[in-house]
Amino acid sequence: MSPLSAQDQFAHAALDPSAGAPDGLAAWNGSSVEQRFGVYRNNVVVSLVDALAAKFPVVQDLVGEAFFRDMARVYVMQQPPCSPRLADYGAGFAEFIEDFTPAAGVPCLPDVARLEALRLRAYHAADATPLDAHDFANVGAERLFDSRVALHASAGILTSRYAVVSVWAAHQGLGDLARVDQFAPEDALVARPDLDVVTTRLAAGCAVFLRALQDGATIGEAAARASTGEPSFDPAAAFGLLLSARIAIALHC
Amino acid sequence: MTSAQTIAVPRSSARSAADHAFPAFGALPRRAGIGLKNEHAADLLRDRPPVGFLEIHAENYMGAGGPPHHLLKGLRETYPLSVHGVGLSIGGVEDLDERHLDRLAALIERYAPQSFSEHLAWSTHAGVYFNDLFPIAYDDAALKRVVRHVQQTQERLRRPMLLENPSTYVAYARSDWSETDFLTEIARQTGCGLLLDVNNVMVSCVNHGHDAHAYLDAFPMWAVGEIHLAGYAERQDSLGARLLIDAHGSAVADDVWALFQRATARLGPTPTLIEWDNDVPELPVLLKEARAADTILAASADAPTHTAEALA
Repeated sequence: MSPLSAQDQFAHAALDPSAGAPDGLAAWNGSSVEQRFGVYRNNVVVSLVDALAAKFPVVQDLVGEAFFRDMARVYVMQQPPCSPRLADYGAGFAEFIEDFTPAAGVPCLPDVARLEALRLRAYHAADATPLDAHDFANVGAERLFDSRVALHASAGILTSRYAVVSVWAAHQGLGDLARVDQFAPEDALVARPDLDVVTTRLAAGCAVFLRALQDGATIGEAAARASTGEPSFDPAAAFGLLLSARIAIALHC
Repeated sequence: MTSAQTIAVPRSSARSAADHAFPAFGALPRRAGIGLKNEHAADLLRDRPPVGFLEIHAENYMGAGGPPHHLLKGLRETYPLSVHGVGLSIGGVEDLDERHLDRLAALIERYAPQSFSEHLAWSTHAGVYFNDLFPIAYDDAALKRVVRHVQQTQERLRRPMLLENPSTYVAYARSDWSETDFLTEIARQTGCGLLLDVNNVMVSCVNHGHDAHAYLDAFPMWAVGEIHLAGYAERQDSLGARLLIDAHGSAVADDVWALFQRATARLGPTPTLIEWDNDVPELPVLLKEARAADTILAASADAPTHTAEALA
């Protein structure tokens, strides 16, 4: 057998419990090669399920450990990592959960997974020093309106039909889950201006405003877009958010 | 890798204990170090306890920024650093992933570690990363491939690396090299050093019915630049024989300490890492293991066998 087909077989069998142990393996005492190969299979799946459990603790809380591990095992077999940089692994977990029928009873689950994925992304994102009020004060209101703002690489925005921030916060001991109306839509901003990842609930229209800025719109254009979809959008408050959340890192006038 | 090749001389040429450890690049202190775990980083930064060096898994520091880099930057000011890769798949039949080599090169540039090491194993195949270290067959084709991959890595990183002996649960029927001869030949051909994982020696020898002492006796000590110590878990194979699992989730076992003592009696003081990656204990527990290793390392400085060997 060529080495390529040997590693092909080994790789395939590592993720497919119905496949037998690959050919060409041996045990010194004639004991079951299948059982010994099972150590590798177990290492792969358990280590990756553990990695997902560490990345998605609130998802796990919401469905319980046993359900989470079963669900994660299916994900690992279907979508194993494609890079040794495991920090990226699980970016597609939310979409997987969306299609995972047994989890349909917890409708907010995919969005909670999206929020936790954004928090992970923010954790590892490039560092940058946020602008402060002085940086903005030197620019006149007129010019500010036509300026573009570069947002911190850690900034992530989530729009949800569910109370994703309140649910997440309740699992941090910041509220009572029983009192959260899971079907109240909430938008979230996730950012890490310094060392701590911060999750903020956004006021109406702010998600559109921030996404427009990320897309390269001027502050004026972004505010106009947000107002169109959301009449109660408050441009002054949204601008204030750029400062209070410390997510603006450069101003291009 | 000429500078490394000059070091790979036969053991018969006398060298003092101080020259003994293979200079992977800056030389780690010949003391015990510990694996850096997130759980301990804040305590280490605050208290800066005296440990010889810290070792990180390269892949955990490949994000652009954030707390991992902040903590490591702070710790690097105090501690020598060993970068230990788990994802390069040097034993794989596929070409090495150039992007991963670039990431390793960037990390090494950023932190200027004293050592870089990887495994004699494979972990990536056909676009999938398995997050485990799979075994290779020890045959001529594999030797050629691993030598090429080690050379490519050393050229890209512009320095010699250490290659670690694996823990394995199955063997390939077609292997016609012993693991120690295979490692010796890689070190000889590439000028790389070796990372002697004493726990892996115990795990693999028990799992394949070999004598761990004989394995150590056959190991090319002239190439050893670092030692790893860890705890194993114990199972049974289908015939009831011991099957050891390289679990890194407990204290170093007594029989592994004994092997360590035997190895250091020949090596003299050598940079030694305590690995404890799962069920990570409180920092003091890890520091206590490191002190136990330091005691054995100190005793090895004037061990009779070692002295005899150095003077031979």
